[in-house]
Amino acid sequence: MKKLIAILSLALLPLTGFAAGGNVALESADIDLTDHASLQRGAKYFVNYCQGCHSLQYFRYERMQDFGLSKEQIENNLIFGGHKIGEQMKTSMPALDAAEWFGTAPPDLTLTARLRKGGADWIYTYLKGFYADESRPFGVNNVVFPNVGMPHVLMELQGVQEATIETDAHGNKHVAALKLAKPGRMSVEEYDQMARDLSAFMTHVAEPNKLERQRLGIWVMLFLLVFFVVAIMLKKEFWKDVH
Amino acid sequence: MSFMTWIDERFPATKVWNEHLAQYYAPKNFNFWYFFGSLAMLVLVNQIVTGIWLAMSYKPDATLAFASVEYIMRDVNWGWLIRYLHSTGASAFFVVIYLHMFRGLMYGSYRKPRELLWIIGMIIYVAMMATAFMGYLLPWGQMSYWGAQVIINLFAAIPVIGEDLSIWIRGDFVISDATLNRFFALHFLLPFILAALVFVHIVALHKVGSNNPDGIEIKKGPKGNKWSDTAPADGIPFHPYYSVKDIAGVIGFLILFLAVVFFMPEMGGYFLEPPNFEPANPLKTPAHIAPVWYFTPFYAILRAVPSFAGTQVWGVIAMGAAIVVLFFLPWLDKSPVKSIRYKGPIFKGMIAMFVVVFITLGYLGMLAPTPMGTLMSQICTILYFVFFLAMPIYSKMDKTKPVPERVTK
Repeated sequence: MKKLIAILSLALLPLTGFAAGGNVALESADIDLTDHASLQRGAKYFVNYCQGCHSLQYFRYERMQDFGLSKEQIENNLIFGGHKIGEQMKTSMPALDAAEWFGTAPPDLTLTARLRKGGADWIYTYLKGFYADESRPFGVNNVVFPNVGMPHVLMELQGVQEATIETDAHGNKHVAALKLAKPGRMSVEEYDQMARDLSAFMTHVAEPNKLERQRLGIWVMLFLLVFFVVAIMLKKEFWKDVH
Repeated sequence: MSFMTWIDERFPATKVWNEHLAQYYAPKNFNFWYFFGSLAMLVLVNQIVTGIWLAMSYKPDATLAFASVEYIMRDVNWGWLIRYLHSTGASAFFVVIYLHMFRGLMYGSYRKPRELLWIIGMIIYVAMMATAFMGYLLPWGQMSYWGAQVIINLFAAIPVIGEDLSIWIRGDFVISDATLNRFFALHFLLPFILAALVFVHIVALHKVGSNNPDGIEIKKGPKGNKWSDTAPADGIPFHPYYSVKDIAGVIGFLILFLAVVFFMPEMGGYFLEPPNFEPANPLKTPAHIAPVWYFTPFYAILRAVPSFAGTQVWGVIAMGAAIVVLFFLPWLDKSPVKSIRYKGPIFKGMIAMFVVVFITLGYLGMLAPTPMGTLMSQICTILYFVFFLAMPIYSKMDKTKPVPERVTK
């Protein structure tokens, strides 16, 4: 019987690891959801650079209090266009116009960190993965999202990257390396930090209760472990007279 | 006159309590594998209770469903916990039931006089699959939508009536608001039918008595134990012995179950699939559509069978047969002994092979089809059916060990 259990658990091993997905190795975003300053910067970047086109339609402004902002700070610094603090973070770009301008309406980003395999790492690699490509309508392409429909909004900050394209044995082209051809206003380190802050903010937005869930889970586990010992002792006591 | 006497004169409360708990004699040698029946009931209750609370905030409307799930996750007090308990509970239900069925397979719990008990259990399993399938559409994510599309299209492969049948099931030409509404209605109804079937399952169990790891009928053995002169000597009252033991089993299960709920509710993309975090889009087919893990063994069988004679119905038939064959298990096993403990090397080898085949099929069913994967699925499909259809032969010729008179430790 022990052998069978061993076979079963061995056979289930491949299920525990999930392929990272995509053909590109993702860079580690190394985010820290307890780093309030990072989340606050991420929120600032999002409302300034992303929200013009992308909504966070399931996320309410007031939830930014979860990472240490006061209502006044949120209202004075992070809400544009007369929205109320209890409202969800909509974009002011009409979806129909956007679809005409970009070919497809910019998607809502609330759940991107859970939708994309790799989560924060995917977002981080995406934000750092734009490179010049004259064949695209906005002059840029992306390593993790080939033929992406959006322009490189952060180009003035990051600068322009150029890609070395390699062709493999099957004739498939892929990006071998990216090189910063023209620096932007930020240094490489500053831009990496910005991408990290945005990845952290979007990971928080995708599941605002994550830290609370884990914090509570520890108490639940401790309670159950104590109860488990009691339950086993109770069973032993009752079974004393069964031979 | 005591309160219980007053009740008992009007309702057989004490009689039912004694017959099914305090004086229901279960074999004293139950092992680890006997936890999963009570755990399955626990998970069913969890699914019904969390499901009712989810339904209080969920909106079965194609334009509102996805957002209402996120509303539950964010704005409903403890909504995230209720939702994770429900989504993890769906997978846990199948884990527990597969182990429960495997227990039956190992110890011959389907053999005479428990054939009907096994068949009622199989009906529960099929009803459970239907419930899970319809429930998976409700979040209205991309995988909800396209998974349901693929499975309902299977019915369209049936000759002559297939096309009309699939439209009748959907209530539309594609999966739509009409489908979502009816699936919600049925997903709400079926768990109560499941609960009724579980009741019937237990009534049947208590008529024939529980099997045990030795596969010995304790009712046929000597009589008389310290609680009763007429009860089987190897039996002990279910309550308090097994009720107390099951509490320990429940806590052990909850430690694993709640570890998933609190620390990895997506379970690496197996319990909550990443593409389901995008709302259903009928115009955008995902690159790879796979059902949730508990259906993938049968999905792999479906894909393994090639279409010929101008129809794809053969795969659908094979998939259906893979489930139907389980109903006939009581009559396929011709071994003179029930339990794997006294069966010979052939049966043990076949069961080990079946475990590997079932898990391999489940794994292959998740992957995008490749020539190698299809070949492996085909081999596994054949072996899956060999295990059942050759059982009358190999179970008869297998060398068995003598079964003891009384249950062992």
